Amino acid sequence: MTAVLDVAVAVLLIAGALLSLTAAVGLHRLPDVFCRMHAASKPATLGLLVVLLAAALALGDLRSATKLALVAILQFLTNPVGGHMVGRAAWRAQDAGAESS
Amino acid sequence: MAVVVAVCLAILAVAALLCVARLLMAETVADRVVALDLLLGVIVTGIATAAVATRSGELLALLVVTSLLAFVATVTVARFVERRGL
Repeated sequence: MTAVLDVAVAVLLIAGALLSLTAAVGLHRLPDVFCRMHAASKPATLGLLVVLLAAALALGDLRSATKLALVAILQFLTNPVGGHMVGRAAWRAQDAGAESS
Repeated sequence: MAVVVAVCLAILAVAALLCVARLLMAETVADRVVALDLLLGVIVTGIATAAVATRSGELLALLVVTSLLAFVATVTVARFVERRGL
């Protein structure tokens, strides 16, 4: 049972790290701010959630799992808000630049 | 498990370096905010990986603080950019 748990934790950790790397590569490959925001937000969030799940499985007590669940919920609440604000700011800055030039 | 954690931290280090490179090469402030947000996300992922490596719950408070810090930083700079029109 513990061997199965270890393999699950290892697979989740590797998957999470690779998803974070995908997000970072997307930051370089895509052409403008909005595409980069798309590339940066989704894989990074999924990668973080997967790693948090791995940590909850590895630590295996309720106290740690509660804190990890708190981080996951905070991510779900704050990521869309932050992304929306950055997108709006970038859009308005782009509009202002287009008008002045 | 130690090998897996080392490989994961190496992958995350590459991701963080790519974020820093983007941060330095960015043309606009919004671009930098996106790169900084992703950098903090990678750091949070790294702390969670380190918590798996140590098998103790001591790092988890740091995890909560860092993820909140990422949000506050993003919102602050986004509001600044919007007001100044950078």
